[in-house]
Amino acid sequence: MDPSVFFFWVFAAITVVGALGVITMRQPLHSALFLLLTFLAVAGLFILQHAEFLAAVQVLVYAGGIMVLFLFTIMLVNVRRQAKEPFVNRRAGIAVLAGFFLFLLVGGVLTGPALVKKGPPADPAALKTTVIENSTARVVVPGNSEAVAWGLYRDYLLPFEVASVFLLVAMIGAVVLGKRSLEKFD
Amino acid sequence: MITLTHYVGLSFLLFSIGVTGVLIRRNLLTVLMSIELMLNAVNLNLIAFSRQLGDLNGHLFAIFIITVAAGEAAIGLAIIVSLYRLKGSVNLDDAAEMKG
Repeated sequence: MDPSVFFFWVFAAITVVGALGVITMRQPLHSALFLLLTFLAVAGLFILQHAEFLAAVQVLVYAGGIMVLFLFTIMLVNVRRQAKEPFVNRRAGIAVLAGFFLFLLVGGVLTGPALVKKGPPADPAALKTTVIENSTARVVVPGNSEAVAWGLYRDYLLPFEVASVFLLVAMIGAVVLGKRSLEKFD
Repeated sequence: MITLTHYVGLSFLLFSIGVTGVLIRRNLLTVLMSIELMLNAVNLNLIAFSRQLGDLNGHLFAIFIITVAAGEAAIGLAIIVSLYRLKGSVNLDDAAEMKG
């Protein structure tokens, strides 16, 4: 068997099991650990799809940063509750039904007539190399990280800068919201 | 042979699980985790289409989604912490002042 097929099924199974664990575990800490499992499996799927840089970003930002944030918050709010208290809300039955209908709806579209053009994937050259040319020279740079970097700093320069402002705003917002007393702040 | 449909199907399964999690859970932390699941499903979709079409733009969009997810997690968790200070609990059912 082709190893990429094997690894796809392995990572897909881990992803789905992890996601189900997130929504069925009683303790938030257990949910967070299952979420970590899902993040890592999705990073593996990214590698299978020639997105090596994104897999690294996924591990660093999600499995590293966001997961630590979650664990810190779980520690801070220190949720301890009795085992008999329900962990789902009152509308859980109807909500599961709604989720299942969404599943059927999108599944019907997916298996219906030609949502996507069938056929083998395109040549992944664009994901692995970058062609830089001006009037005098034409250079082919190999590598997925290089390709992403050229895209990010050349074609998406303005969104990239806006993202940095966004992160600054989010950071200041988190600090202000997390401050113990808002009255003292102004 | 693993095709685009496999990836889209997996991504959509992940998204459905995320939606169900948002709808059924009482704990705000788990609701936020389910939102992260949905964002991951979207990223998986973008990467799969990127591979199918041989186009790098999906990767770049996924990077921006990860950026927004990081900001969203930071703000969301800060809100959860201040809600906990206000209410002494992180249950969604306890934050129902605006319920009509």
